[in-house]
Amino acid sequence: MSREGLLIPRPLTRMTDEQVKQIHRASIEILREPGMVSYNKEAAEIFAAAGADVSRTGSDDHFCWLVKIPEKIIMDAVDSAPKAVKLGARNPDNALILRGDEPRVFFITGSETNIWLDVDFPTYVRKDNPNVQIQVPEFKPRRGTLADLCKSAHVCEHLETVDGYIRTVNIQDRDITEENKDVNKFFASLNNTTKHFMSGLTNLKQLDNVVNMARFIAGGEDQLKQNPIISFITCLVKSPMQFVEDTTDTFIEICRRGLPIVVSSSPQAGSTAPIKEAGIIAQINAEVLAGIALGQLVNKGTPAIYGSVPVRARMDTLGDSYGAVETSQYNIDCAQVARFYQIPNYSTSGVCDTKAPGQQASIERLFSDIMVTLSGPQYLHCAYGLLDCNSIFCLMQAVIDDAHFQMIKFFLRPPRIDQAELGEVLKQIQEVVATPQKLYISYIRKILRSGEISPPYAFEGSGEQDEVFKLACERMNKLLAKPVEHIDRETTATIFRDIPGILPRLNIYEQEG
Amino acid sequence: MSEEIIAALKENVIQGRKTAEDEGIDEDLKGPGVVELTQQAIDNKIPADTIIKDGLTAGMQVVGDKFSTKEYFIPDMLASAEAVGAAMDILKPLLEASDVKTKGKFAIATVKGDIHDIGKNIVAILLKGSGYEVYDLGTDVPIEKVVDIVRQEKPDYVGLSALLTTTMVVMGEVIEALKSNGLRDEVKVLIGGAAVSDEYAREIGADAYCMDGFEAVRILDSYQRA
Repeated sequence: MSREGLLIPRPLTRMTDEQVKQIHRASIEILREPGMVSYNKEAAEIFAAAGADVSRTGSDDHFCWLVKIPEKIIMDAVDSAPKAVKLGARNPDNALILRGDEPRVFFITGSETNIWLDVDFPTYVRKDNPNVQIQVPEFKPRRGTLADLCKSAHVCEHLETVDGYIRTVNIQDRDITEENKDVNKFFASLNNTTKHFMSGLTNLKQLDNVVNMARFIAGGEDQLKQNPIISFITCLVKSPMQFVEDTTDTFIEICRRGLPIVVSSSPQAGSTAPIKEAGIIAQINAEVLAGIALGQLVNKGTPAIYGSVPVRARMDTLGDSYGAVETSQYNIDCAQVARFYQIPNYSTSGVCDTKAPGQQASIERLFSDIMVTLSGPQYLHCAYGLLDCNSIFCLMQAVIDDAHFQMIKFFLRPPRIDQAELGEVLKQIQEVVATPQKLYISYIRKILRSGEISPPYAFEGSGEQDEVFKLACERMNKLLAKPVEHIDRETTATIFRDIPGILPRLNIYEQEG
Repeated sequence: MSEEIIAALKENVIQGRKTAEDEGIDEDLKGPGVVELTQQAIDNKIPADTIIKDGLTAGMQVVGDKFSTKEYFIPDMLASAEAVGAAMDILKPLLEASDVKTKGKFAIATVKGDIHDIGKNIVAILLKGSGYEVYDLGTDVPIEKVVDIVRQEKPDYVGLSALLTTTMVVMGEVIEALKSNGLRDEVKVLIGGAAVSDEYAREIGADAYCMDGFEAVRILDSYQRA
């Protein structure tokens, strides 16, 4: 069994088939000239061995390699990259099957933010009439912690629309170091959700510890291959057209272990990519194809995901503008291009520019959530709870986002129009028109509780005041009070015995005494 | 036997099953609905006031409670009210022959120039289901027709409905016509509809504004207690 996801029967596209082919040809041309600039020696050597035109450039103390990649290497990689990627889960029913040719969308959290936003509702009293009191939401930012990560995974486990979990918060506890961060973030997440878990890796030295942890949880090496409960995301490409030294090392090692991996590129239109749509799409496609090619050369058949995170630059700061309309356009284009290669696509929506929940946050995120979902990317990092681009996470916002995705999923249900359905409604129309009151209300009851009628907005208040935040917080607290299925006692003991660096406070069985 | 019939009647009101063919909330519930059970009750010589009080009204009370806790929705309320209304039609000859009285007569109309009647119909169903005797005059009802009905049928209440801002003024004209015919003090006039408000009701001299059918029932019931 696996999660169903949301099939988009006729995905939204912006480009014609011919325009997609033109993008492909432009990307192939870019990979040939200027090619990739590699700061990673091993990547340059791998491409050279495969027949790419590789040359060293730069000064003795600051050098790199120019890697001009011929079309054949790219197309061989496109051929050998799996067209379907399975992302497993602790609960096998939560596995995700991503098929490159099928626009079935899975909704995923993430990504890592430094700031955790608490919400409080202090009471304010009106100066000229103390009898009038209102509660106003107040947002309090602070550094994210391990406990926050556990809470976030816990709530996302219970959010119906969340199909998979990317960690939402960077753990910055005093006892978290570069050496123990990976094992702690993987364990904290895996222990609080039975859904698929994807993450980046902070320290390559921790890769084997993390993979061993996953083996223990999955039940062994073969079981992990069959049910890869973890996957990785690596930003090996820095735009424009550069392989980064350290993350490319990480990428190569993960490919060697055969676990699913997102080849991610995040060019910014206007600064690290052309501002024109044709330019950023041709460039990001070249960058992702180069990464996929490297992965296939390292380990043919590596389950790679086409990771496109294009964004437009803000004109006032040159920071990312995920709220810009063009950002959604780019993501929709990339979903279409990835489908051209039949490689599953990792896409982005729901990230907003504003720093706090409110009207701007809702408008920005819902706009891109709807648009990008309609384009049918398989793995949609739709940024539950994310604010201020990638800087702030608010768990209450994640709960609100879940309600919005329920609306989107409801909207995208296929219409039920067939002869049987029409026969039934024609009978209704004939019956009702003949009655004095001419109301169809009695027919509603048959389907009222069947799930066929969309519910009211999840956080609708009872009075005239907007109570969305208050009601969302209440739901969040209810979900936190609901238990989650933790890793069992025996496996937990094995992990704590054999995997160094996990903080004792994460061992719930020890905490229980 | 009598207790069983009354209990079944109450349960079928709660389930909104007017007849044996209807589905209730509980799909497994089969057998006679409110109409058939009301007839059975009459056949078993159960007094009409017992049928109304312990079967119909007791069932509607539960329905109202479930609606206020959002377990039930308007279609559920209407189904139950329709079932009770059908039972009241069956009981009408018995009531007329006995001392048992309805809660009162209610004439309802969508005013002249307006043909919107969804709200008016819902109010009519709910009032009938709550024990009022309802005269539904229909839509686009001329002022003179309302006056005639008040004169001839002597309803206790008149309900006027309008959706449009262009037709709401007719409500005031109806009230003026009732006054000029010496009938204004004979009836309470309640108004409702998307275009009107509490303030407008006061402006034209209506007795009450009803936001929806449930408020109409509440207001009329408060008159009963007064």
